[in-house]
Amino acid sequence: MAETTTAAAVGYDPATHVGGHPTSTGISNNKMAMWVFLGSECMLFGGLISTYLLYKDRVPEGGISPRDVFDIPFTSASSFVLLMSSLTMVLALAAIQKADHRRFRLWILTTALLGSTFIAGQIYEFTAFYREGLGFTTNIFGSAFYTLTGFHGVHVTIGIIMLLSLLVLSIRGRLSEERSEAVEIVGLYWHFVDIVWILIFTIIYLIP
Amino acid sequence: MSSVATPDSSAELPVADEHAHEHPGEKTYLKIAVILAVLTALEVATYPAEDALGSAVIPILLVLMVIKFWYVAAFFMHLKFDSRMFSWVFIAGIVTGAACYLAVLATFEFFG
Amino acid sequence: MTIPEDRPLALPSGETSRPAPVLGVFRRPTAETGWRSWLTTVDHKKIGIMYGASAIFWLIIGGIEALLIRLQLAVPNNDLLSADLYNQVFTMHGTTMIFLVVMPLGSAFANYLIPLQIGARDVAFPRINAFSFWCLLGGGILLNSAWLLGHAPDGGWFNYAPNSGVVFSPNNGIDFWNMGLIITGISSLSGAVNLITTVINMRAPGMTMMKMPVFTWMALVTQFLLLFAIPVLTVAQVLLAMDRLYGANFFNVEAGGDPLLWQHLFWIFGHPEVYLMILPAFGIVSETVPVFSRKPIFGYPFMVFSGIAIAFMGFGVWAHHMFASGIGPLSVAAFSLATMFIAVPTGVKILNWIATMWGGHLRFTASMLFAIGLITMFTIGGLSGVTHAVAPADTQQTDTYYIVAHFHYVLFGGAFFGFMSGFYFWWPKAFGYMLNERWGKVNFWTLLIGFNLTFGPMQILGLQGMSRRVFTYDENYGFELWNMVATVGAFIIALSVLLFIINIFVSKKQAQSVAAPGPDPWDARSLEWMVQSPTPTHNFDETVTVTHLDEFWHRKYAEDEDGRVRRVATGDEIAQPGDGTGVHLPSPSYWPLVTAFGLPLIGWGLIYTEILAIVGGIITVIGLWGWAIEPPDDVDHAHGDDHHDDAPTGEVTDDTADETATAETAEQPEEAPVG
Repeated sequence: MAETTTAAAVGYDPATHVGGHPTSTGISNNKMAMWVFLGSECMLFGGLISTYLLYKDRVPEGGISPRDVFDIPFTSASSFVLLMSSLTMVLALAAIQKADHRRFRLWILTTALLGSTFIAGQIYEFTAFYREGLGFTTNIFGSAFYTLTGFHGVHVTIGIIMLLSLLVLSIRGRLSEERSEAVEIVGLYWHFVDIVWILIFTIIYLIP
Repeated sequence: MSSVATPDSSAELPVADEHAHEHPGEKTYLKIAVILAVLTALEVATYPAEDALGSAVIPILLVLMVIKFWYVAAFFMHLKFDSRMFSWVFIAGIVTGAACYLAVLATFEFFG
Repeated sequence: MTIPEDRPLALPSGETSRPAPVLGVFRRPTAETGWRSWLTTVDHKKIGIMYGASAIFWLIIGGIEALLIRLQLAVPNNDLLSADLYNQVFTMHGTTMIFLVVMPLGSAFANYLIPLQIGARDVAFPRINAFSFWCLLGGGILLNSAWLLGHAPDGGWFNYAPNSGVVFSPNNGIDFWNMGLIITGISSLSGAVNLITTVINMRAPGMTMMKMPVFTWMALVTQFLLLFAIPVLTVAQVLLAMDRLYGANFFNVEAGGDPLLWQHLFWIFGHPEVYLMILPAFGIVSETVPVFSRKPIFGYPFMVFSGIAIAFMGFGVWAHHMFASGIGPLSVAAFSLATMFIAVPTGVKILNWIATMWGGHLRFTASMLFAIGLITMFTIGGLSGVTHAVAPADTQQTDTYYIVAHFHYVLFGGAFFGFMSGFYFWWPKAFGYMLNERWGKVNFWTLLIGFNLTFGPMQILGLQGMSRRVFTYDENYGFELWNMVATVGAFIIALSVLLFIINIFVSKKQAQSVAAPGPDPWDARSLEWMVQSPTPTHNFDETVTVTHLDEFWHRKYAEDEDGRVRRVATGDEIAQPGDGTGVHLPSPSYWPLVTAFGLPLIGWGLIYTEILAIVGGIITVIGLWGWAIEPPDDVDHAHGDDHHDDAPTGEVTDDTADETATAETAEQPEEAPVG
């Protein structure tokens, strides 16, 4: 430990200098940046969730309320799909770390497909709610619900785009196992989006 | 940066945490996924059993939620194995957010 | 981000340059001088200077707005500005000064100084750094375009609901405020991620956290405040934009919306905001006061931890802006107590600056005068702030000129005086010539007199009961005299700012006939003085190994046998000659500019026509893709073989950085279309 600390203090040791560039903490810049960004995202989703909680019951008498529209079995299924996409994401990471690029592509594609299934489910859900009479401006519950889940959906969509970008890079042979950290960082983002849905599923859908 | 892939690179990236970059294997990932699936099933099961559980349903759901959150963050996001710095930044965000927004909800008398 | 290249970017490395590879539509930019080099630069020093220059530009705009306000209020029943125009002017004055002047000035100093003070070659993500600046500029232009496109925002810089809703503000001024500030928020957020990573990861060998200069510490704390505060404003603005553009009901009372929610969200952002504006200035005077007192900073750990404490507590006091909103006695009591406590770490800082000066060999340079100006003026502002913490008193003071006086004493007398101190101090380092001291002293005294004439009387006016934000007042309330004094003072401030700008040019002309200042004109203490003035493009010839706090000073001075401190070397002897060779530097790039260019188009598009928003979105996406596929590494160049000693900090990233760039910045645009 003492030795490695010294190495960290000196920062640069040509003998071990293989791929990355040592930093003063030994932590990769990119991973650090992603975690810092995720810390900030907590404030963003926290604000939207609180807004929803504050407004969900302020529906005028006779208005359409959460209990009228929520389809718990359906949302449970799509939540499960998103949860399992986190598993395929880590399997993709494990594959590329072992330089198994074929399996990496398979798992990353599966992850993107699971994510797309979730988004498709969300689109279906929004359409169903709209048919039942809950538009974005119908009442304050509608505004808060669509804004929160819509924001989350946009995050998932961006995640899917990043996953597909990784897939394209890999197919074109530009994603070697030395660069597996890129997969790990996209994975961090993907798991974070999943975590947010864990919160939303419980707080928004399940808690009566 | 490539430390994950190359075994000898753990010396290159010295991190305070000794377990740094020794990510769990696929078996662990599968185990965690099974646990998460079971927890989700329990969560969903509270829905039909809502009347039976009464006022206990909210604490049960919140506890299940926190456990799920922890498993994903600790294992899938490797917080348990990576540098503590990441955990600190993330926890700072969660704690700041939770404290501020719970205080806001409290001033609206949201908690009764 | 940084792309190691053989081609020398700044230095003759002895290697032949090769034609730049074609990258899609653009050739990799190669200009090192001229306007093109500024558009594509990723050099933290150039970006810092651009932050500063744009801040001074907006300072003039915001200053003209301030003068209009003071002219309107100079005499009773004035009709220079209509009530409507007055609303726009004071809204834009506040918004401009906060988001486009004080915050960017903090970023200017942080960008320029952090890498130098921690002994790094550049920031962790040079391209994201450029992106942050262009976002700030784009957001500022979008916001101010409201003046030309009809109607400026008119709801105050805080835009309280429901006044900011469509019903009470039917023109689209507030939409400009929303879109512009969401984009500057993206700028702040990406800057915060970048600079936090830089400070944590890019420190020179031996530069532990507790050996970092106080300015770097305060800038780091500032970035954490930005990181956690900006998203809250973004949430509030997204909700408001949903209300205004798409008919949602978040702040519509009839539909169950709650205007208090806006106040909470705004001030959860807004109070950390005031600390993130003042902390960089605190950091600056913590550098200048020790140098001009010839003493180390008194109680360094206390300086650091009080800064952290201010940031931490800064998130727990927001509701003291809302004592008059009916948030309930328990909340009022809790936030009142918290507010009183936050005065403690602030007081610690003031005590430490005074203790640093105590017994020192003081040199009253212009920079030192501005630093002392900060300490005294901020103390006055801080004390009136403590009176707001007492809720019953605050109920009386709310929305009077007493409040206006208070926040100008802390933000102008505090932050701005601090930045002026920093300008006079670091000017030779950035531009290679000294600012004229005589002009500087006149600059200081006119600013001090003008400032106190303007804002001193406002404390009296406020206690007399004059409301904020009124566009005029009747005779015989006793407001005439002090309003006139304040207006005169405002023009003296304008004169002082003009003197500063003239000083820049006068000094530059004079510099041709006097000797260059050399690397260390002030006998300073921290690492940025160890490089030549102006700073060479590559910063350090060799990475410095740090063993002390105030490393540079410790290389110049040592104790003799009697325990007395003696100078053992001059700054010129210690400083690096600036002739390093073979240094890898980040390559310039068009993509940050392209990516940032799309964002204001999205903003205008959401206000006027979706087509423009789609065009902007496409430009941003193209920018991100170009960014991502820009070769991160020169194929012919086996990097990692001629690192010399710049390795720990010289090359910031490698291949994987590219995906992160995508990952990082891909987050950003999503906020714009939604908002």
